[in-house]
Amino acid sequence: MLKGRAHKFGSDISTDLIAPGRYFHLRSNLSELTKHVLEDADTEFASKVAIGDFVVAGNNFGLGSSREHAPIIIKMAGVAAVLAKSFSRIFFRNAINVGLPVLICDTDQIDQSDELEVGLATGTVKNLTNGRNIIFNRIPEAMLKILDEGGLVPYIKKHGDFKL
Amino acid sequence: MVLAMGKTLVEKILSDKSDKDAMAGDIVIAKVDVAFVQDGTGPLAVRQFDEAGFAKVANPDKTILFLDHAAPSPNKQLSNDHMLLRQFSKNTRVQLSEVGEGVCHQIVAENYAVPGDVVVGADSHTVTAGAFAAVATGMGSTDIAVAMALGKTWFRVPGTFKIVVNGSFKKGVYPKDLILHLIGMIGADGATYKALEFGGDTIDAMPISGRLTIANMAVEAGAKMGLFASDETTKAYLVSQRRGGSYRPIVPDPDAIYERTIEINAGTIEPTVSKPHTVDNIALTRELANIEVQQVFMGTCTNGRLSDLAVAASVLEGKTRSSDTRLLVAPASKKVLSDAIAAGYIQVLLDAGAAIMPPGCAACVGVHQGILGDGEVCLSTANRNFKGRMGNPNSYIYLASPATAAATAITGRITDPREVV
Repeated sequence: MLKGRAHKFGSDISTDLIAPGRYFHLRSNLSELTKHVLEDADTEFASKVAIGDFVVAGNNFGLGSSREHAPIIIKMAGVAAVLAKSFSRIFFRNAINVGLPVLICDTDQIDQSDELEVGLATGTVKNLTNGRNIIFNRIPEAMLKILDEGGLVPYIKKHGDFKL
Repeated sequence: MVLAMGKTLVEKILSDKSDKDAMAGDIVIAKVDVAFVQDGTGPLAVRQFDEAGFAKVANPDKTILFLDHAAPSPNKQLSNDHMLLRQFSKNTRVQLSEVGEGVCHQIVAENYAVPGDVVVGADSHTVTAGAFAAVATGMGSTDIAVAMALGKTWFRVPGTFKIVVNGSFKKGVYPKDLILHLIGMIGADGATYKALEFGGDTIDAMPISGRLTIANMAVEAGAKMGLFASDETTKAYLVSQRRGGSYRPIVPDPDAIYERTIEINAGTIEPTVSKPHTVDNIALTRELANIEVQQVFMGTCTNGRLSDLAVAASVLEGKTRSSDTRLLVAPASKKVLSDAIAAGYIQVLLDAGAAIMPPGCAACVGVHQGILGDGEVCLSTANRNFKGRMGNPNSYIYLASPATAAATAITGRITDPREVV
């Protein structure tokens, strides 16, 4: 069971807002890049986020470029999962590949700073602040096998090939 | 006897590459024909390749590392990233596309992609190669690292939206206007997880350059791929690149099942612009005539090809840019630059006041060569106008065709190309 606080964002949070191109030169220095995570969506986010917190957003989270650095630095900032109404497909696949849970659910039931309890196995989000239970779409079986190993690199190290 | 069901282009190609009867919704493991990374995604791919314990690349002749996003390098960190990629190329014998060769997607079009291929790249605009009846899609660094090593990857076969375009474009209207119009119709997430398959008489008559522009922007509607059938136009293009032997016709089955069909009459489309800060924020060019523009950027994997520079040169011939508007031009590849010099287009652009930049991504990604100042407005022929995309979150990016870009450079405000020619 994951427990943490919600950081609420709107729709169409692009990878340019998550990992701005002006920090392109920091992509081989991920801890430095993490200091700028989501900077152009919320300049305070990197300083506010605590380990175990959740990023909560509207539609089409992670649209844009294929930069895997975007889910990596969200994870490195301590975020336990991203919850959104929908995700851009490359971001969704990248997040699973780097071991960051991405959950599709009705995020209108969550407000800024709400306390959440997320059961990855049960498929539910409990909003401890307003008492509501939210069901999220189960992660597709093939991707769950990768996520369960902690990402694609550990998956391949263990299985040597795709066994989806 | 079980009759096989009709297949869309993506179902056909992924069936062939996975040795399965692949239909929308199926998970398949498919052979990868072309795999690539660029300098923004490659260093991470190399580290993941090493971390996974791989030593060899499955198909070094068709695995490419492109130095294009920050090339030539603007700082020592990126110079070091370039060194890492050069060394990986030496170690594994994969292909290296050096500084100045051009944008990955243009070089994949010129030298690598053929009908029926599976093309994967660590760059979202890998969809560009769908113009050749290829299954081409962008992935992250880790997926590409694994695809490079194993020579295969997994896919969920996407459902397909059929986009049928008939009729002729009006004067001043181009394939860029068509794809912006479509994205405006269905939205930036209108085709998420789907393949777009383009057909109709407008598409049949369209040269490869226009098909590349449209396929390139399929991802801006959220699509996983943007595919075109291969035909005599594809064949002629491959022959012109001395790759005619690789041609084969691939068309969807007449009884293929589409999730949705969208019909567009090309004759109704007007010059179109995408406004900040999302690509689906569409307006007609003539509605934006009061917007002053400080920088016009012409180039990229969307519209940096020879035909684009030809259009720009035809608009700018004998004219000069506004004194308040700089004009940056980056041909998409060395071949494009070379051909544009031979055709005289570069001289026309120089005479009109353009700054010619080396082939590559140039100002598109906000890393170097054309970063906007606070409050500045750029009209670009690229594919993305997200806040901060060109290096400054306090600036504004409009997207349009090369003709609109050229017209805008002359007047210094967003201009319908029909006003100046």
